[in-house]
Amino acid sequence: MTATLELLRTRTVAVRIRVGRTGYLLGAVCVAICTVMLLPLVLSVFASVKPTAEAAASPPTYYPHGLSLDSYQRLWTYQEGLPTYLANSLGTALLTIVLTLLLTVPAAYALARFPIPGKEVIFVVLLLALIVPYQALLTPMFLMFAKMGLTNSLLGLAVLHTAIQLPFSLYILRNSFSAVPRELEEAAIMDGASSWQALRRVFIPSTVPAIVTVALFAFIMSWNEFLGALVVMSRSSKFTLPLILATSRTETSLGGTDWGMLQAGITISIIPCVLVYLLLQRYYVSGLMSGAVK
Amino acid sequence: MRRSLRGRLVGIAYLAPALIFVLAFTAYPLGQMVWMSLHNWSLITPPRYVGLGNYERAFSDTQFWVSFLFTLKYTALITPVLIVGGYALALLTSQNSPLRRFTRTVVFIPVVIGLGVSSLLWYWLFSTDFGLVNRILLDLGLISKPVLWLGVDADTSNLAISTSVVWKVIGFGMILFVGAIQAIPSEITEATLVDGASYRQRVTRVILPLTLRTVLLVTLVSVIGSLLAFDQFYIMTAGQPQNETATSVFYVYLNSFPYLKLGYGAALSLVLALTILAFTVIQLLLTRRSHS
Repeated sequence: MTATLELLRTRTVAVRIRVGRTGYLLGAVCVAICTVMLLPLVLSVFASVKPTAEAAASPPTYYPHGLSLDSYQRLWTYQEGLPTYLANSLGTALLTIVLTLLLTVPAAYALARFPIPGKEVIFVVLLLALIVPYQALLTPMFLMFAKMGLTNSLLGLAVLHTAIQLPFSLYILRNSFSAVPRELEEAAIMDGASSWQALRRVFIPSTVPAIVTVALFAFIMSWNEFLGALVVMSRSSKFTLPLILATSRTETSLGGTDWGMLQAGITISIIPCVLVYLLLQRYYVSGLMSGAVK
Repeated sequence: MRRSLRGRLVGIAYLAPALIFVLAFTAYPLGQMVWMSLHNWSLITPPRYVGLGNYERAFSDTQFWVSFLFTLKYTALITPVLIVGGYALALLTSQNSPLRRFTRTVVFIPVVIGLGVSSLLWYWLFSTDFGLVNRILLDLGLISKPVLWLGVDADTSNLAISTSVVWKVIGFGMILFVGAIQAIPSEITEATLVDGASYRQRVTRVILPLTLRTVLLVTLVSVIGSLLAFDQFYIMTAGQPQNETATSVFYVYLNSFPYLKLGYGAALSLVLALTILAFTVIQLLLTRRSHS
């Protein structure tokens, strides 16, 4: 009886939602919103494939009247060359992922499963960077990096990015480790596994989604981060992609900004983030949901 | 085994690397910043103790207030747009039809793009002679001559930059609001429908009250993010005209790096960190409630 009523209700709901002009109108609104959101990206990609003269035209054209990869070619050889900047960005991002996971996976395990005295206090200390914005800590960090030879170094920038990303990652991983059923772990220990083997054979395999989420956020943050890179890197051969693009805005050989090359650079910077997001959307959204209420 | 001394030691060993890292790269710099803020230091001359001199100087420094007030103005302009706009988008797309889901994905794309890169993109779009914003507005007949969007007038720059940031981050709030709206038990939604409540009534009496905490959280996250704004202003106006669009973080950066006034920069950082702290504490209290 209840089930039938339930079904009836759901049907009325569905019918009410689907029928009517409102439905079409809202659909049209969705399409309009998508257009507005995608337009800047499409225009940027368009501008990046315009021939040199058209890319520098004023007023600008909406869409390319000829196709050319000249802008990409100029970017490829700009100053130290695109491969150097790509390698710097990618290298920093990968180092950030590795450092973040190496530090937070064992720490999350310890916090979730070991009887450590003063655990709550330690957890708060570990989340310190949540309370102090890194933007405020850059000067002392820079001085410390200068002493340690970590300025103009990918490792140095990765250390900074790890410090930024550590609290969020630890928070996500600790929750995920705490949710691993105790029976699984106990079974492994009965079989004579050490805590290290339990970590490798039980915990890591059962927390893969959280680990992917942590790696994904570390990658996107590091690939995009600007201010820290601006402070840590002063030699242009060590610049990351956003830095060299920001520099190219004012320092092009032609005198004015090379707009075509700038758009080529923007397109290249955007591609990895969007691809990674579209492929791993599920992890991204779940990370955001648990991270925003961190 | 876990309760033994050995268990504790093993646990501490797993924890140690992260703890040492945080002490070295977050806690130590924080301590050093406090120390620096009490000294005059320019890297060339040795640090000299000045007590609270740097803080007194900040409060009588015109540019400090210009930066702080401009940052507040930017925050006040962008936050309502992000929250109301993000919520409207969430209401529009919270059902799981393919078109709605697609819209959600599209609106969220700019969130994963770097703020630096999106600022460069909009720097081009808002460029006076080479940008498509002026071209579109001219073609639509909305303006008669190209507008100087960036770096000439503080309010116009603020408007242009806020537009670019709304595009970049509106999906963040939307996705969290969608999560909160979808978490409302379906019995409640059905009950209100059976009772014949209008859509407007459902939103104001049911959906909004049940998602209020998420709204507050997203508001706080947005406010904190806006108070820490730097990339977009550094890239799109470089603080022009006359540092009128140099935000608080921008002013810290200028003092600490180009000007090398390390002590003064540290004092400004600390003032900024304390301002942010006030908002973070509220955020953490709200989160704690949502967990219990």
